[in-house]
Amino acid sequence: MTDIASRGYSNPDVLVSTDWVADNLDNPGIRIVESNEDQLLYPAGHIPGAVQVDWAADLNDQLRRDYLQREGFEALMSRSGIAQDTTVIFYGDRNNWWACYAYWVFQLFGHGNAKVMDGGRQKWEQEGRDLVREVPTYAATGYSAPERDDAPIRAFRDDVLAHLEAGGQLVDVRSPQEYSGERLHMPDFPNEGALRGGHIPTAKSIPWARAANPEDGTFKTAAELRDIYEDEQGLSPGGDTIAYCRIGERSSHTWFVLTHLLGFGNVRNYDGSWTEWGNLVNVPIEK
Amino acid sequence: MSREGIPRALADLLDEFSFLERGERVDYLIEYADQFVNVPERIAVRPYPEERRVKRCESQAYVWAEDDGAGAQKYWFAVENPQGVSAKSFCAILDDTVSGAAPEEVLRIPGDVVFDIFGREISMGKGEGLLGILTSVQAFARESAARRG
Repeated sequence: MTDIASRGYSNPDVLVSTDWVADNLDNPGIRIVESNEDQLLYPAGHIPGAVQVDWAADLNDQLRRDYLQREGFEALMSRSGIAQDTTVIFYGDRNNWWACYAYWVFQLFGHGNAKVMDGGRQKWEQEGRDLVREVPTYAATGYSAPERDDAPIRAFRDDVLAHLEAGGQLVDVRSPQEYSGERLHMPDFPNEGALRGGHIPTAKSIPWARAANPEDGTFKTAAELRDIYEDEQGLSPGGDTIAYCRIGERSSHTWFVLTHLLGFGNVRNYDGSWTEWGNLVNVPIEK
Repeated sequence: MSREGIPRALADLLDEFSFLERGERVDYLIEYADQFVNVPERIAVRPYPEERRVKRCESQAYVWAEDDGAGAQKYWFAVENPQGVSAKSFCAILDDTVSGAAPEEVLRIPGDVVFDIFGREISMGKGEGLLGILTSVQAFARESAARRG
């Protein structure tokens, strides 16, 4: 894969390479954060010095379907040894799917000093770099966060309905089988189910992983991404865009791509996604 | 779902897991992943046949069964994705607790043992892949039971 700087991204500074991370393991100004789908990966071996942010235990409110509040975010930052001026480097499994999700949640609290390690765990492992099981401890910080600000990057169902009426762009990043309504949820897993299948009318079907190179998990170049999102699917960088999936994690990856790599101006992630929309009464659905 | 009639060793493991805190469970599961043994070459060599591949498993898991001559089967596994730690752990658990059990007992294992072992917080995709591994084992058990009539 070519150097990040030469790939034509609108905001190349949001990515760092595995080389950069390897050279900065002892940099006190950064904190490496691993976030995975597979919750056994971090304890089985992680980048030296990395802390884990668990999407279920750390980012979600444990009672309501929502994200943590300011106090919870401050506590998470503090116990992770992250100060306001710490640059957080996210990485994880599955083409950085969950790393982008964690990145997105951090942006709800305005932690702008954040980057993603291109290629994630896959590339780090393929390069034969060190993984350790030792869990680091860092001195607690006195992190002071603003109140969570959802509006710029998060959409709720009423926002989606208004967006739909206004003719805004929608991106469904689930699999083609989920988009068509053929597949709703796995057997024995009803808590992520939906009563109706299909997609939000006018949504373009662009499965999230198309943005990544399967051989090493890196992001495709801006030209390749434009081919997919703009030329093939007709999305406009100037139009308001909402991305969704089933619970809002895969669509945070697409949010990251559209916002930071292609420079779309106004992208929101609808984290209620299909597990909300497919259960709502009297909302439009297409198959 | 009922646990009645499932392999004794698996029932014992489920009992043990029911008392574990989340962190203890993770440690336990990693111990199992560390014990994972890939399918030996006398059973299969790469590239593994597509018909042995577990559907919808992101960890690229494969399953084989070998009759033990006493009416039961030894199950063998491969996990080709190096990041498939949960898949390796589950395969090692199945080998430890289900290999050698009567096919009828294997067929009684309910799908939600995946959640009893890994917790309800696992993602749907991960749960689906792990369930697929169990389903593949049960497909072999079903064939074995049918052969015995």
